[in-house]
This record gives sequence, structure tokens and C-alpha cells, in this order.
Amino acid sequence: MVRKLRAVSQGASVPHRKNTSGQSTERMPVPKQVTLMMQQHIGAPAKPVVKKGDEVLVGQMVGEAGGFVSSPVYSGVSGKVKALEQVVAANGALVEAVVIETDGQQTLSGDVAVPQVHNRESFLEAVRACGLVGLGGAGFPTAVKLSPKELDKIDILLINGAECEPYITSDEQEILENSGDILSGIAAVQKYLGIERAVIGIERNKPEAMDLLFSLTKGKAGIEVHPLPSKYPQGAEKVLIEQVTGRQVPAGGLPSDVGVIVLNVTTAGTLGRYLSTGMPLVTKRLTVDGGAVAQPKNVEVILGTSVAEVIEFCGGYKEPPGKLLMGGPMMGVALPGDGYPVMKQNNAILALSAAEAALPEEGPCIRCGRCIASCPMSLSPTETEEAYKNRDLDRLKKLNADVCIACGVCSYVCPAKRYVSQHANLARGYLLKEVAKERGKS
Amino acid sequence: MENHKLQVAASPHITSGASTRKIMLAVIVALLPTLAATTMIFGLRALLLTAVTVAACVAFEALWCRLMKKPIPVGDLSAVVTGLILAFNLPPAFPLWMAVVGAFVSIVITKQLFGGLGFNFANPALVGRIVMQLSFTGPMIDYTFPSTYGGVDALATATPLIVAKNQALPMIDMMLGTHGGVLGETCAVTLLLGGLFLIVTRVISAAIPLFYIGGVFLFKFFLNLGSGASAAESAYESLTLVLAGGLLLGAFFMATDYVTSPYTLSGKVIFGLCLAVLTVSIREWATMPEGVSFSILLMNLLVPYINNLTRRRPMGVPKGRWKSGKGAA
Repeated sequence: MVRKLRAVSQGASVPHRKNTSGQSTERMPVPKQVTLMMQQHIGAPAKPVVKKGDEVLVGQMVGEAGGFVSSPVYSGVSGKVKALEQVVAANGALVEAVVIETDGQQTLSGDVAVPQVHNRESFLEAVRACGLVGLGGAGFPTAVKLSPKELDKIDILLINGAECEPYITSDEQEILENSGDILSGIAAVQKYLGIERAVIGIERNKPEAMDLLFSLTKGKAGIEVHPLPSKYPQGAEKVLIEQVTGRQVPAGGLPSDVGVIVLNVTTAGTLGRYLSTGMPLVTKRLTVDGGAVAQPKNVEVILGTSVAEVIEFCGGYKEPPGKLLMGGPMMGVALPGDGYPVMKQNNAILALSAAEAALPEEGPCIRCGRCIASCPMSLSPTETEEAYKNRDLDRLKKLNADVCIACGVCSYVCPAKRYVSQHANLARGYLLKEVAKERGKS
Repeated sequence: MENHKLQVAASPHITSGASTRKIMLAVIVALLPTLAATTMIFGLRALLLTAVTVAACVAFEALWCRLMKKPIPVGDLSAVVTGLILAFNLPPAFPLWMAVVGAFVSIVITKQLFGGLGFNFANPALVGRIVMQLSFTGPMIDYTFPSTYGGVDALATATPLIVAKNQALPMIDMMLGTHGGVLGETCAVTLLLGGLFLIVTRVISAAIPLFYIGGVFLFKFFLNLGSGASAAESAYESLTLVLAGGLLLGAFFMATDYVTSPYTLSGKVIFGLCLAVLTVSIREWATMPEGVSFSILLMNLLVPYINNLTRRRPMGVPKGRWKSGKGAA
């Protein structure tokens, strides 16, 4: 009851704008060239295992995992390695990338084979081998997520189908098109990790997908569907866990600390697909939308395809975009250009029109407290902003500014149009850095 | 693509339709029924007085910001709200030049000198009222009794708070406001209407008015019961106390001022209850008949402390870490 009230009172009623809802996924033709970044996940970058001039085939590994927290990268095309080069990623970092010129033949590699899974070790090996990372946006290597320190304490596998960002319908489409893969992926995780209970959380704004999941799980033991209110950010991991289980992930902790593993619904589906086909993660479904896109679509894109080509496939720009986003409008990253390649964890490309991208002018804080009332983490964003601007470390500690999940709700609801969330996010980074410094000294 | 000017900024990339101006506009709309009622009760003089305070507030804000070479913020309409509320705190026959002085105190001294919108330490209109009450005590308590709907006559009577003890006013007069008093303190019906509008449109939270007004009623009720009155008598007298004076105006429109009220729900509840206790105490035991403005002023000053004490514990932060105030370290 309290949880339900919290969900209603906290968060924000962001617009849905799910224009592509129910639009079946269109497969994009093979691009002329793909750029495979070696860093498409959290952790150590992958190491290229091909060199310039090598022939590569579909499903062939081009980068091996660079450590435990890392993930291999596979080619989704057949062709020739044109170059190994440093490219600038969307976040500004220099990343090594393998550029492949495609031959259009799409010749399948002999390495692609259904994995032999018979126990936990071989299952985790398969998860690691397929290059799967958190496809909801975070890009955390799935195999690492499935290897928590105390596995026997995990009692809930939580499948995140909330998809609370405006515009994006790629997870919804995954449910509608690949529910079998999702369920087999979930079943495999449950079986090999010994998790008896699986819960699929889904926002009520996707009635068709929700009904489908209800009908598919009806009468099945160990799996249930949990409808969520359509209130952003239901899909934020910590919010989702609290909403579904009532457990609070400790600050600075992981879901496994409260006995939960969370997988995005597309991650589960991709895993299920790999276990039955042996094809590693080489394509991704993206929602392409926004006022500047001629034909909003759900597109299955070969990883490494440039954003420009994806938009071209969707009829190109119908007007010059004001902002180009990788991800949703609440948490997505703004791209400086459309030359960036699509990566594993991307789920949407939004080209906002200049009008949609224009933000109103900032005014003084009128202390209405809306940011505080709607913060899903119960933080005090406006006070955090003020403390950050004063670099008041003690106050930031007192406000627990490190708990911020950068969901953007505070900026969204602010009537004075202040950049509250942006500052809270900066405050978090500043606080963590200063605390690390203090720890280093003592 | 090269020609496209792409904005690169941190998320979020969209905002809601809410704006400061819309909020102020909602408050103005909520005050309009009372303005209409007071014009009917006291005549055009009430409207003139309101026009003067609003114009003076806006003009002082514009002039001051011009002088200080700051952007002129009158478009946010907050000065209009201050002007309206200030007028509602004045009796109808109040000299216009004195009202302009009040506007100066409100806008320049209380609001702009402390940094403008969002930085005033107390409700500007409230400080204006208190300064005028202390400086121009005579005109401030020159409550003109409305004889007809026609307009002002010179007959001065006491506010219901002063007469309440001896000759209680009929409840219907209290509700409609056809009795002596300041512009915005008379008509309970329109004040309630405006307050409800603000609550329904979620401009204000119901917590402060609910706990303030409810607290005054209950506190007075139990005080009366304690002094031997019957329950019916006590309830009637408590209701009179709620409807009389500036309680409704204060509870719905002044105590709820964002800048000078607590952020969180628990803070608002504490704020409302403290206001109730202070108001009844001043009305019962102090020499002044009215306690609303002083109660709110005092509580305004305590808001930063209330905020500090009523912050919610963030999700996942253990009680020990929260109480220690040392956060992540």
C-alpha cells in the first residue's frame, strides 16, 4: 500500500509519445561498413583479435573480453577488416574500434553453434561467450551480473520490462515479437542459477504486451507478471526493485545485496535466442523517433551501423534536428553528430526537432519543493544543486548526494526550468571523487 | 548533416509544462473571487486600493531591478500576487500613499534586498502588513462596516475578533464577509473557493491549510471545553474563530508561500500545527486581537530549521548513516 502510494506520489508523469508502439520491427539492410567499438559495456575494453585485411564472417569474434568485467564483440556482417582505429565515443572517450567493409554476402561463420549447456559453469560460460551486456542501457556484462558473490541468497530474478522512457518501444516490441525467447531465457537463468521466483515488471501503458505476458505465464510456477504504474522512472533498477519486492538496495550497493538479480527484458530475450541458435549478440532493435525523423520505426540494426544510416533507413531527416539522442529524452546521451556507430546497449535513436529540443530559460528557484516531492530516491535535489554550486562537501554528504540515479525527474518537474538533475549528477561525481580522495589520505 | 546545429547537453532533454508564471497565474485566479466579493462588499474603493498596491508592487520590482541592472522579472507575475495579497490585508478606507509604502516594504525591502524571488526570508506581503500595522496603526484598524453593497460609508466598527466576545456575529455574515474587516479577510466562502482551487490544481499542498485551520479549530475547541463550555458552544465559538480575521487568507494564501514554507510533507504538517498553536495563543492570551500575521512571520523564520529536521531519508540509506549526517564518507 505504502509502496503503491509512493509510486504515485514520486516520479513524474512524463509524456508517453510511444508513436512506434505496436509497429513490428523492420530489418535494416546490411550497411557498407560497420564500426565495432571495443567498449560497448561497463568494464575493461575488449581486445581486437583481427587485424587489417582479415576476412570476417557473420558471428565471428572480432574482440575478446579484456578481463572478468568485460565482454567480447562479434561481427554481424561478412567482409574485410578495413582498419583498426581510435574513434571518439559518444561520451567523448577515445575507444579502439574495428572497422569492417562489408561484402553483402552475409556468410555465416562456422563458429556459430548452439552452446552446450549442462550445468551452471557451462551456462555462465555461454552467457559470457555471447557478448551479452545489460541491453536496457547500462551495458553491464550479463555474465558478471549472473555471478553474484552470494548466489544462494538470490531469491528473485526480476525482469525489467518497464520501459518508462518516452518514445522508446523496443522492449515492448521484444515482448510482442519474441516472448518465447524471453521466457526460455528466463527459464534458463532460473534453472542454472537456482532462482525459484521470476517476476516480470511491466508498465501499464503497454496493455498488449502485458496481456500477452499474463497469458503466457498463467498457471506457470515460478514466474509472474507485475504490472507497474505508468510513472517515470519505474524502470530505474532501484525503483523497480523497491516497487516489486519492497526491498531497498543499500546506497552504493548492488541488487544482489537484497537477493535480486535484474535483467532487462531484451537481455533475457537475447539470451534465450542465443541458447537456441548460437548466434551471439550482433544486432539490436532500436526505436527511431523524434520530430525530425520522417518515418519513426522500430528497426533491427546490425551493431556498428552508423546513426546516419539508421536515420536514412527511416526516411531521413524531415527537418534539421535540434538534438540527436542515443536513448530516451530523460536519460539519453546527446550526440554531437550522426556518425556514431550503434552499440549493444543502445535502444533508441531520437532526432528531436529544433522546437522539441529547445529548453525554456532558467529562472530562480521558487522553493516549491516539487523536485523533492517527486525524487524517486527521496533526495533533496534543489538543496543538492545549491550545495554543489558552493562546493559544500559537508552538506553534500549530509544530503547523501551520492544516492542520485540521474533519472532527470527533478529537472523535468521544475517550474523554474532549472538544471537540477544535471547539477545533482555533477554533485554526485564531485562527492564520490572527494570522498575517494579523503579515503586515500587516511 | 554538417550544417545541422546539434545541441549537446546533459539529460534530461525535455521538461514539463509547469512554469513559475503559470503557478503565479493560478494564485491570481484563486484570489479573484475574493477580489470580486470584496468589491461587492466594500465598493469600488476596494478595487482602487488593490489596483494601487498591485501597480506599486510591480513598479517597485521593475524599478529596483532596473536600478540594480538585473533582468526585470515582472513577467513571472510574483509581484502581482504580492500586490493582491497586500491589498487583501488592508481595510477599505486605507490611505493610498500608505499602501504604496507597504508595497515598498514588501517588494524592495523584504524581497529584492534579500535576492529577489526565492530568497525572501519571509512572505513579502506579510512583512508589508506588519510594518504598516505598526507604523499606521490607526488607519490599519479603521475597519469600515459595509452598510449596503453600494460602497464605503464612514461608519467604522471593530473586526469580528474584537466584537466576538460580546456580540457574536451571525454565522452567515461571517461566511459571506458582510462585516467589518480588511479586504481579503471577510468573505470566507470565496477564500475557501480559491484555496480549494489551488489544492485541486496541485499548486499548493493541502497539508498547511488543513493542519493550520484544523489545528486552530481543535485547539480552541478543547480550550473552551476545558473552561467548562458545552461541546456545541465550543464548536460554535471555534468555528467563529476560524472564520474571523485573517486565518483563511493566511492559511491558504500566505502560509503556503513556497519560499517561506517547508519542503516536505512532514515539514508542512509541523509548520501548520505550530502556526495553529501560535495563532490561538496570540488571539487568546496576548494583547493583540489578531495573531495570524505574527504567527506566520515567526514560523517563516523557522522554516530552514524545519527543513533541516524533516528531510526524508533517501532510499537505501541506512538509519545510522542518515542520522550521522556524514553521508558516503
